[in-house]
Amino acid sequence: MTDGLGSFPGGLVLDGQKKRSTLTAIRKTPLSKKLILPLQQHIGEPSTPLVAVGDYVLKGQKIAKANGHVSACLHAPSSGTIVAIDDQPVPHPSGLSAPCVTIETDGEDRWIERQPIHDFTALTEHEVRQRLRDAGIVGLGGAGFPSYIKLNPGVHHHVDTLIINGAECEPYITCDDMIMRERAEGILDGVEIMRYALRVKHCVIAIEDNKPEAISAMEMALKQRPHIEDTIVTVIPTRYPTGSEKQLIQVVTNKQVPSHGLPIDIGIVCHNVGTTYAIGRAISHGEPLISRIVTVTGKDVKHAGNFETLFGTPMDELLAFCETQREPGQPFILGGPMMGYNLSGDHLPVTKTANCIIVGVDEPAPDIKPLPCIRCGECATACPVSLLPQQLYWHSRAKDLDKTREYNLFDCIECGCCSYVCPSKIPLVHYFRFAKTETMNQQQERAKSDVARIRHENRLARLELEKHEKELRHQQRKAALAASQANKENAEPSQSDSQEKK
Amino acid sequence: MMPLHRLSSPFLSGTNRVTLQMLTVIVALIPAVITLVFFFGPGVLFTILLAIVVALLAEAAMLKLRDRPLKPFLTDGSAIVTAVLLAIALPPLSPWWLTTVGILFAIIFAKHLYGGLGYNPFNPAMVAYVILLISFPLEMTTWLPVHSLAENPLTISSAFQMIFSGQVTIGQGIDTISGATPLDSMKTQIGLLQHPAQIINQPLFGHFSGKGWEWVNIWFAIGGLLLIYRRVISWHIPVAMLTGLMVISLITWLIAPEITGSPLFHLLSGGTMLGAFFIATDPITAATTIKGRLVFGVGVGLLTYIIRVWGGYPDGIAFAVLLMNMLVPLIDYYTQPRVYGSVK
Repeated sequence: MTDGLGSFPGGLVLDGQKKRSTLTAIRKTPLSKKLILPLQQHIGEPSTPLVAVGDYVLKGQKIAKANGHVSACLHAPSSGTIVAIDDQPVPHPSGLSAPCVTIETDGEDRWIERQPIHDFTALTEHEVRQRLRDAGIVGLGGAGFPSYIKLNPGVHHHVDTLIINGAECEPYITCDDMIMRERAEGILDGVEIMRYALRVKHCVIAIEDNKPEAISAMEMALKQRPHIEDTIVTVIPTRYPTGSEKQLIQVVTNKQVPSHGLPIDIGIVCHNVGTTYAIGRAISHGEPLISRIVTVTGKDVKHAGNFETLFGTPMDELLAFCETQREPGQPFILGGPMMGYNLSGDHLPVTKTANCIIVGVDEPAPDIKPLPCIRCGECATACPVSLLPQQLYWHSRAKDLDKTREYNLFDCIECGCCSYVCPSKIPLVHYFRFAKTETMNQQQERAKSDVARIRHENRLARLELEKHEKELRHQQRKAALAASQANKENAEPSQSDSQEKK
Repeated sequence: MMPLHRLSSPFLSGTNRVTLQMLTVIVALIPAVITLVFFFGPGVLFTILLAIVVALLAEAAMLKLRDRPLKPFLTDGSAIVTAVLLAIALPPLSPWWLTTVGILFAIIFAKHLYGGLGYNPFNPAMVAYVILLISFPLEMTTWLPVHSLAENPLTISSAFQMIFSGQVTIGQGIDTISGATPLDSMKTQIGLLQHPAQIINQPLFGHFSGKGWEWVNIWFAIGGLLLIYRRVISWHIPVAMLTGLMVISLITWLIAPEITGSPLFHLLSGGTMLGAFFIATDPITAATTIKGRLVFGVGVGLLTYIIRVWGGYPDGIAFAVLLMNMLVPLIDYYTQPRVYGSVK
């Protein structure tokens, strides 16, 4: 499989700032009075509600079903009454609202009947995936892609290596670190199930070397399960963005995922450690995905740490629980400081992809007007994908979208390394996001206008055809008339002939 | 509560700054400037000061005319770097008007008329140098011999007088105390069919190249290493340029030793090290891809040698850099790195 680790070009060694939130064990966030559950907390189609306002639901009861292949089910995180199904503010950079189911909890936290599976090998691989789909499991690393799809290689692919992503390369975030330290057993439950579902040969649990406690916890747990074959903990150098799927694959296997391809194209599947744990819970304990570990940290947080939080818990309650000095309406970061986004709403709910909340970063980007690009090339040196950000910037600024595609804009993973190193403090990634959105809009517009054009052309063709047919009919009629007149002429020539000539 | 200034991630930022880079360049030049003063007298200091003052005034005037904010661009350090680089490249007793014309041309024409910082395709200091060289060939090729060779070494006040009035004492002009540079002298004498191995034994020459010049070059190289260490420049352009220069001079030297100085002579003569570490590495006008920088550097090295040996001018750095500046868009286009996951 691997003869030593690979590496990717560029990247950054960043100040991790992880200590602040790893001093205490994972704690439970108190049950909120109201849980707001967006119907879309994953990549794909929003789920379809199965409940109505006024219904009583139990903890773990399915309240919305997956709508199509790329979608995920949603479950009640606690028992209570459905009080609303309407648009609510959701944690999204746009600040827009989206359909949500709101539960007023009754404080009893009463579970629905669970169906734990003690021997998952009694299930077929398909049944395992079906259960995970029913349990609403999505990638908890941040993207929220439905996990059961990534556990289905299909007939055309053979999976050689399963990589469990415990890199957690972004500064500040520690939820994966803590789950590995405290719940290594549960993670291995998930590993076994995933190995079974994928029929995979090798499994690598990759952890950055700045997490010695997590590494030893995982190694210890692995030692106690000698029956798991060919599964190893691989310690990888701490370098941002190692945790990004493609870069991790390059580090662990020394292979590159084809541009615009998927890891499975080269026989690799990657899952985050948090997701792996959730998969273990879903099968071995019959628990659907109703909570996650959220890191709350930052300069302005008094009791930073990791919190097992039910989905739908308003973030302001979580922040208040950590005694955060944050005035209402002031922005905070959801996700990491390199790839997350800033939010300022107060009643935004914790969702499946909310891995970290940061209030106050230690070295914020300065409030200065960017200088012009001096083409120093630091950005190209830092780019883990070997792009030329200075050229992309130039063309994005000029809105020369064709040129940005020529310079592989869509291979940009938006890791932020280029913006970080820029001596002119140009927000490069911001420009690239803009160019990507513009390109997609343009493509949509083009598709729309193509449809309109084809419709118009069809119409013209139709009209042309009709006109042609009309003419044809006219000529036929004329010919017929002429023929009949000719007949008549033969009968009475003089009269009609003279009339015609007039 | 720390405010978040950025609209989107990343919210963190490194400590790298344009001003910091420019300041480091200035600091890296200090040892070589001291060496210049040691060998050629204090004139260069006046030229540097004059150049900086004129550059900042011209920069401010152009920013005003172009309706650009003064503070960020006057403090970015780029005008000062241009000024110092040109001042160092000029003869040590250049008259004040020569420096002034050069700087005005660099800042107004080569920089601001192209759009200011970041937009100039040609190295401003070298554009100015070439303009001066073509327009005032006499003033531009009048160098001083090193102190130890001069009959009456210049004092600070006489250097000042010379620069601003053109005379040391009444009736004594620059011609009486100046001479040709070693590169110039080598070229002229080879033209007179003298052998380089003999030329280099003359008092104007030192161990490897011109007396004094070899030390100036060594200190420019040491300053350049500081820039690489501080990551202000990458090693690619200097290494490629020096390699290019060395390889072509070595080949020529082995085949026809009667027409050229040794490779070491060329490495330590004229503006070689200044060019390799401080001029060719100007990020704005050089190639930016890794492979492109190598191509760019080799090109500068080869052209420098060709102009020195077969061209009409004693040194070729300025022309070589400008010619390669012209090729940068082409070089950058054809040397793009292979993107992750793409097929070769």
